[in-house]
Amino acid sequence: MTNVYVVSDTIYSPLGSTTAENFSRLANGVSGVRLQDRPEMADQPFHAALFDPESSPGDPRYTKFEQLLIETVGQVLGSAGIEPADPRTILILSTTKGNISLLESGIEDPARISLTGSSRLIAGHFGFVHPPIVISNACISGILALITAMRLIRSGRYDTAVVAGADVISKFVLSGFGSFQAISPGPCRPFDQARDGINLGEGAGALILSGKERYRGRLRIRGGSVSNDANHISGPSRTGEELAQAISQSLADAGCAAGEIDFISAHGTATPYNDEMEARAITLAQVRTAPVNSLKGYYGHTLGAAGLIESIVTLQSMREDLVLASLGYENNGVTMPLNICSSLLHVPLGHCLKTASGFGGCNAALVMSK
Amino acid sequence: MEYITASCIIRKNSLYRNGRLVWEPPPAGSADFLVSVYQHFGFQYPKFYKMDQLGKLGWLAAELLLSDGLDAADYRPEDIAVVLSNANASLDTDYRFFATVRDIPSPALFVYTLPNIMIGEICIRHQFKGENAFFIFESFDAGFIEAYVRDLMENGKARACVCGWVEVLGDSYTAALYLIEKNLTTLPFTAENMNSLFGTQNTRHD
Repeated sequence: MTNVYVVSDTIYSPLGSTTAENFSRLANGVSGVRLQDRPEMADQPFHAALFDPESSPGDPRYTKFEQLLIETVGQVLGSAGIEPADPRTILILSTTKGNISLLESGIEDPARISLTGSSRLIAGHFGFVHPPIVISNACISGILALITAMRLIRSGRYDTAVVAGADVISKFVLSGFGSFQAISPGPCRPFDQARDGINLGEGAGALILSGKERYRGRLRIRGGSVSNDANHISGPSRTGEELAQAISQSLADAGCAAGEIDFISAHGTATPYNDEMEARAITLAQVRTAPVNSLKGYYGHTLGAAGLIESIVTLQSMREDLVLASLGYENNGVTMPLNICSSLLHVPLGHCLKTASGFGGCNAALVMSK
Repeated sequence: MEYITASCIIRKNSLYRNGRLVWEPPPAGSADFLVSVYQHFGFQYPKFYKMDQLGKLGWLAAELLLSDGLDAADYRPEDIAVVLSNANASLDTDYRFFATVRDIPSPALFVYTLPNIMIGEICIRHQFKGENAFFIFESFDAGFIEAYVRDLMENGKARACVCGWVEVLGDSYTAALYLIEKNLTTLPFTAENMNSLFGTQNTRHD
């Protein structure tokens, strides 16, 4: 089967504007989550990882969402020397809400808000020849974008995929999660006994994947799978069986045994139900002895960007053989305890797993290998 | 080989099943139309009334598609995939949710501000636990859907798939769902056959 190599990657977040900058902050225990006083979004201050409202990553003719995508796609194209106009190259974009914050400025035109409008602008900016593939599948969007890229390269339809994802926090998103009583009043605490909800975060991530053998020796996207709980549209499975199924299928797809997984980058949103379900799934899929972390304590939940940002951090962990501490974790808070990393762990990382779950009952798992 | 073993097209107040017109209610807005379809076919699923317009349209199209199309005994839940697409994601419900934000944000609307919630509704109704994906395209991209679903089915990721297009914005709505199965020797699964059933060769989608 065609190998799918990681050619270049970047993260643009409140913690830094490259993968290296982000990783160095994370390794030093720096979090982007802080108390935000943003009256345009909420009457009361709230904890989240947000960009400085005064700073802007790019050309103000584009929306903030589009600027984030242009910044990250520009970085990965530049560092890889990939030609976007090559007809064997496809652009894949991942987001949950795209330009929805425009509603707050009174802009309601579907042509300006819609994801197809944004994706056309971004593809045009760089000169991609094919219309982009846009994925909007709740909180698994980023992982599904990587899985889709892997499948398109393996099938021979394209040689190269540029995968980018972003989400911006606005009153729309904040008030929605607030209405669900899902937001923690303090910094979030994934898998901890005292966890009481999520923090939201904004950011973007981008990668270039290639099936060309000239990249042999680079890290690989090796397997992936998606499943549905078929249980509830806004609450996770009670048993974790369906995420476990996605994990097991992704391992089979990668040709990797459960015992070979050296590290799991979990979704770990810090809601009571998500983390409990995820712990059950990790146990059922027989990967529970592997070290686990959640990055939500550093980035908050970056929604459609989360799967990309957290997969890129995992790739950097593999390059440095360094597992990051799971910020906010002190005491086990799930019925099937996991091997949560509470401090930096230097360990050889050959095969790593990334998981995510989201509204609509969706689950996804991805295997990355050296 | 993969085949289209059933199809359901809903457009312009017309319902087509397997290429044949099955009902043509009087013209109405999308809300009235969707409820009239539910009532006409005598469906019994109280959760239907809680769904947003996109969820209702997708649920109805799947109900009609699968009513005599899929033999559940042939499959395990994890064998059946749902791969859908549209142009405006959940924008119809995004407007409705945002209208509540100034007053009391509605969690019942917020949960529908993601297009894949419709996939969740179909999976809950039919107990499908396989692969999912929701893609956004300017118009129905039968070629991409064919390639993506064929890849799932030929690499052991799915043994059957519900795929297609479900779009709602204001009073405009279109659904085209296809059931794809293997080795049943009906209509070959090709982009051309999907487009032909959809009636998009000349008109594109609405």
